[in-house]
Amino acid sequence: MALYFFYFFAFTAILSSFSVIFSNNPVHSVLWLIVTFFSVAGFFILVGAEFLALLLMIVYVGALAVLFLFVVMMLNINFAGLRSGVAQYLPFGILIGLVIFIELILAFIPWDFKEQSVNNLSSPINLSETNTVALGKVVYTDYFLLFQCAGIILLIAMIGSIVLTLRSRPDVKRQNITEQIFRDPNSSIEVKDINPGEGI
Amino acid sequence: MIIPIEHFLIVSASLFVIGVFGIFLNRKNIIIILMSIELILASVNINFVVFSSYLGDLVGQVFAMFILTVAAAEAAIGLAILVCFYRLRNSIFIEDANTMKG
Repeated sequence: MALYFFYFFAFTAILSSFSVIFSNNPVHSVLWLIVTFFSVAGFFILVGAEFLALLLMIVYVGALAVLFLFVVMMLNINFAGLRSGVAQYLPFGILIGLVIFIELILAFIPWDFKEQSVNNLSSPINLSETNTVALGKVVYTDYFLLFQCAGIILLIAMIGSIVLTLRSRPDVKRQNITEQIFRDPNSSIEVKDINPGEGI
Repeated sequence: MIIPIEHFLIVSASLFVIGVFGIFLNRKNIIIILMSIELILASVNINFVVFSSYLGDLVGQVFAMFILTVAAAEAAIGLAILVCFYRLRNSIFIEDANTMKG
């Protein structure tokens, strides 16, 4: 049964990732990317990594794909011109892809774990507790500093993207709070004596 | 495990190659290039998680989590740079980015 699920996810993943790179409209590409990540999450569930599967859905589908969609939709781009010159790169791309694929297959086919490798596992999987609990026990103890580093990387990315995209436009009226606070009655209120029938 | 590990490895190799192929194919469209990089990172993640599960060691999944973090940060920064570039040049052609004569 698991094998059928595997073939289903594999078929979906490869087909949708082909659609990502071949589709003419980048919005469609983003949607196919979401399908690809769902299939990858299916793989993770098949091998028993449920926490990472759900994390993948939240991070990629919930945040990254929406970010891509926003950017694609906000920029007014002529996408027809971007497709030109595909035939020029096609043979070279196929050649490089084929070479990398053959190399990877040659590395993967004779793969086997050594008998001794069982002896030096740093944190063996304990099947009596759930994946999330086990991952939490490892992340918050042995890899605590690296976990903090990951948080700092995300913080830097957030600050960096805010700084990059922030711009101050001179033609927009803004509220100057300091100026507002430091106003006093002497400089802002003036008593005028106006005679009837005359203006100021 | 009913599924042999080679099956997963072949699928992840295919995803990797499709990602590299996408970079070659869409050399002018930086949005598709960023998506291809995400595909490559996803295939790397598959390898990490599958090896971790078949070996019985949890560290691979921890590392996959860190890769996820870096991928998210990289995509956010990349898209921010893209928005900046679009404001400056009014296009996202990579060939317009030749100021440094690289």
